[in-house]
Amino acid sequence: MHSSHKRGIMRIMKRGVGVGIGVIIAVILIVGSWLLVRNVHFDVLSPSGEIADQQRNLLIFTLCLSALVVIPVYTMLGMFAWRYSEKNPRSAKTYRPDWHKNTILEIFWWGIPIAMIGILSVVTWQTSHALDPYKRLASDQKTVNVQVIALQWKWLFIYPDYGIATVNQLPVPEKAPIHFNITADAPMSAFWIPALGSQIYAMNGMDSQLNLKANHPGNFGGYSTNINGEGYADMKFTVHAMTKEDFASWTKKAAKSPKTFGMAEFHKLAKPGLEHSEQTYKLGDKKLYSEVLDTMMGMGGMDMSGGKM
Amino acid sequence: MDMLHALIGRMSLDYLPHEPATIGAAIGMPLGLLVVLGLVTYFKKWRYLWNFVTSLDAKKIGIMYIVVAIIMLVRGLSDALMIRAQTAVSVGGHSGPFSTDTFQQVFTAHGTIMIFFVAMGLMFGLINVALPLMLGVRDVAFPWLNSVSFWLFAAGMILCNFSLIFGGFSNGGWLGYPPLTELQYNPGPGVDYWIWSLQIAGVGSLLSGINFFVTIIKCRAPGMTLMKMPIFAWSVLVTTTLLMMAFPILTATLTMLALDRTMGMHFFTSDLGGNPMMYINLIWAWGHPEVYILVMPAFGIFSDVVSTFSRKKIFGYPTMVAALTAIMFFSFIVWQHHFFTMGAGGDVNAFFGIMTAVIAIPTGVKIFNWLFTMYRGRIHFGAAMWWFMAFVFTFTLGGVTGVLMSIPALDFQVHNTLFLVAHFHNVIIGGVVFGFFSGVTYWWPKIFGFKLHEGLGKLSAVLWQLGFLLAFMPLYALGLMGAVRRIDHYTDPSWTPFFIVSAVGVGLICLGVATMILMLFVSLKKRNELLDTTGDPWDGRTLEWATTSPAPEYNFAVLPTVHDRDEWWYRKQHGIKASDDGEIKDITVPKNSALGIYIAVTGGLFSFGVIWHIWWLVAVSFVATVVLIITRVMDDNTERTITADELRQEANV
Amino acid sequence: MNELAARADKTNFGFWIYLMTDMVLFASLFATFMILKDATAGGVSGHDILDPSYALAETIILLTSSVTCGIASAAYRFKKIDLAKILLFVTILLGVSFLTLELHEFIKLATEGNSWQASAFLSGFFTLVATHGLHISIGLIWAITLFYAILQRGADENLTRKVGLFALFWHFLDIVWIFIFAVVYLIGGLS
Repeated sequence: MHSSHKRGIMRIMKRGVGVGIGVIIAVILIVGSWLLVRNVHFDVLSPSGEIADQQRNLLIFTLCLSALVVIPVYTMLGMFAWRYSEKNPRSAKTYRPDWHKNTILEIFWWGIPIAMIGILSVVTWQTSHALDPYKRLASDQKTVNVQVIALQWKWLFIYPDYGIATVNQLPVPEKAPIHFNITADAPMSAFWIPALGSQIYAMNGMDSQLNLKANHPGNFGGYSTNINGEGYADMKFTVHAMTKEDFASWTKKAAKSPKTFGMAEFHKLAKPGLEHSEQTYKLGDKKLYSEVLDTMMGMGGMDMSGGKM
Repeated sequence: MDMLHALIGRMSLDYLPHEPATIGAAIGMPLGLLVVLGLVTYFKKWRYLWNFVTSLDAKKIGIMYIVVAIIMLVRGLSDALMIRAQTAVSVGGHSGPFSTDTFQQVFTAHGTIMIFFVAMGLMFGLINVALPLMLGVRDVAFPWLNSVSFWLFAAGMILCNFSLIFGGFSNGGWLGYPPLTELQYNPGPGVDYWIWSLQIAGVGSLLSGINFFVTIIKCRAPGMTLMKMPIFAWSVLVTTTLLMMAFPILTATLTMLALDRTMGMHFFTSDLGGNPMMYINLIWAWGHPEVYILVMPAFGIFSDVVSTFSRKKIFGYPTMVAALTAIMFFSFIVWQHHFFTMGAGGDVNAFFGIMTAVIAIPTGVKIFNWLFTMYRGRIHFGAAMWWFMAFVFTFTLGGVTGVLMSIPALDFQVHNTLFLVAHFHNVIIGGVVFGFFSGVTYWWPKIFGFKLHEGLGKLSAVLWQLGFLLAFMPLYALGLMGAVRRIDHYTDPSWTPFFIVSAVGVGLICLGVATMILMLFVSLKKRNELLDTTGDPWDGRTLEWATTSPAPEYNFAVLPTVHDRDEWWYRKQHGIKASDDGEIKDITVPKNSALGIYIAVTGGLFSFGVIWHIWWLVAVSFVATVVLIITRVMDDNTERTITADELRQEANV
Repeated sequence: MNELAARADKTNFGFWIYLMTDMVLFASLFATFMILKDATAGGVSGHDILDPSYALAETIILLTSSVTCGIASAAYRFKKIDLAKILLFVTILLGVSFLTLELHEFIKLATEGNSWQASAFLSGFFTLVATHGLHISIGLIWAITLFYAILQRGADENLTRKVGLFALFWHFLDIVWIFIFAVVYLIGGLS
């Protein structure tokens, strides 16, 4: 009796050591993770745009919904592994080698995922339409139209209503809807401002559209998410969101820029090469964007606007 | 065209590597090969090796697949180390140890190698090793085709690695989207190496799919109905169905890209009517089924492992079959979720998003069924079960982020960021890799006659699990911080700690692999203590455990008559012996054949010729391939007999 | 089922399955052709260059060859070796005529400036039709090999199965051609 008691204690201690090590590792990981993310700004989780706000809420909702399945799964995994391990003397008593079906249980765990995915499907349908990049944003403020041409390896922004062209910088007024038309003269890239919301592909001969709105002034990073050659990592731009008044004075000044941007400058800019600086031009040709688009389209591309241009 | 160029196409000395990393690889790889060849010569094993590689025995072919896959795992992991070494330091003005061009080739090679040569290799290896045995038959339906498949796979692998030495690899990512991979932006041979490695390996895979499918439908032991097969066999059935429907799409698409690049066509170019979006649709119509092709055999392995190690019938066998079938169907109608951001509109995006989320239902059901197989079992936590525990923990997490990304509006914020990279590594490592490691551990004794060292196996599982967490959890965070994928340098210093933690994680995974290699050597050295003397080391349930370990070339002297699911368990419970299956008679087995190797050589030369525009080589190797195939097809003398006496002698030994 | 019959059964089944995968390959090419058929880059369209009556001639030739092939296969199975030889020979001749007509069309288009390099539409057209032509060529090599084997061996049980598989392949290519005729030449040519 005495020695089997000792063996039992040894067994529990061995498992205890194993569990203990596991707990220590878990604590290190959790504390380490907290330290790592403590002072970091997550554009997607703390956004500054109306679209990105809704996307962040969607993220949290989905994570919480998923927890309804994940937590029971992990709990059962741990419990069953502990309880029914052959090293656990109780497992010999509970052993049912031929128990392999139970309709009620199955209905339960078909039913719960079906219900959850049902909810998620409704949310998917609803948000796919509400947050469709092509959907214009409702607002009492005037929409700012920006035409974007992705190049190797820089971003060209055209403000047709203001007669301005910029490279790698995107000044916008806060709280006003910004409507983007996006194309490329480069291998496929993508236009993304995580702090403000959705990304969309920029493709030769296609016209993609995006609608975003900044909630407050600030400088937000813009990126390309699709590799388009050697300079791809440098294909960044900055959004300068500013007050309505500041934006108005910027547009007045920029429209009188000494340098003019027309088709000739475009061809020079479109040549593959890195370009890190932010530049501002007076727009020499109001139809520059459609001309570039038509040239690429005429070479055989397709109109992605679905007639909603 | 002058004589020289007619002879050597566009080959030139300019295409030799000129960076330290690539020069190192270009010297190291042939050196490694020379060492191996030297060892074979020293130990006088050339005859043995030739008999092995020309064998049509599925078990030997399976071993070859697994060996190639493990070698490619080391190559793929070194690519991963290079990637993380770069990103750990390339912040602000600092450039990493590798040029941008090298970096882009490295991540392209990393993805290509891991999917096509490691994952597919392990998968085909394990199916070859286990499927005929568990179906109670001698071999697959078409053993010679099996050999051709393997050697085509090996030829693709060689071509892919050869690019390191001469010409460089593609820099367009593992799926090579045009127009970046078209001549306009990428005239060099790199993309062509990528196309043709995949093309050859893809043909091999397609033939394997047909082979295993016919094996399951037409070649099972007498009495084994479909609903009496082990779940692993069911998983192979649905996997091969997917394979047969998806891989022709890959063949067609790669061919069209090759035609664009080699014959000036305009399928996916930016001009003259080409449509890159068509490529993206086609490649993902293959690509999505591909990832289910990879993971479903892993699911099958876990069904057999959990059931065996819990000493219980699998919970809900018919449901498991239904779930596998449902996953198979749905994986065909979700491909668009890989490009929600291409602008298809709310209706299309929502449809594909919902279909994607729906796959989570049968997958979740399978997890519950595995858990309830453990319920009230008596679980032996061997290393194979440790991999299962790691799988449930890791794969569930990956499934959650998958469901997250299935919502188009959410995907808009994480597509092509490091969040996506973390997700797919999450499910591939957690599901595919852990599953195949579990399978290797489980079936190892059957193939080699001794078990793998348990302690080192468990240690490697722990290292992989920890390594995975450290390598990929930071990537989820980075994605949400705005870090996109495939960048070789960045400016925000707050990202660096995350990249460093990720590098440590990759280091841990490498330690895990090193532990596995150590486990191999230790197990070999200690094989007498780890010997499997009964052929049934795990108190197994299925027919592969009814043979000796290692199993004889012909698997069973007399094909067993099957009574029930988990037939071997049934036999042990009811005292049925092998002698009850009938009298030993003469059997025929395939003779060895070197034609598989030769066809792979001519296929490889064909591809090499296309890549380098050596047109005479293309013509000659095409003709040679046709001749070789005709030679085999018209040969009626391809089998040899093993007499009943020989079988009886072996049975008594 | 004895072993020979079991082997024939699984080989037949396997070959049918292979044909299904080949069907998927053609389906991908068809889908691409359908998407790209209007991407003419300002150049010629199907209406301009495709002649349905020319294709009709090709179709009749191929259909006839399918008939001769089917009868040849049956004849060989019933040990009517001479009939089988003649019909197989005719099948090969008809196949060669089909290829000749197709090559003639290709060469004409290429030399007048409408090659596969001129537009996405033409790339799609040439690739789809030439892939079928490549399959026909391989089928002809197969047929010639079988013809030679029949000349050498006469009636042979192993050959019966192989002749049957060839016939299956040839019929399959005929069906694919019907689709090409309908989709490419009729719809594309008459639009």
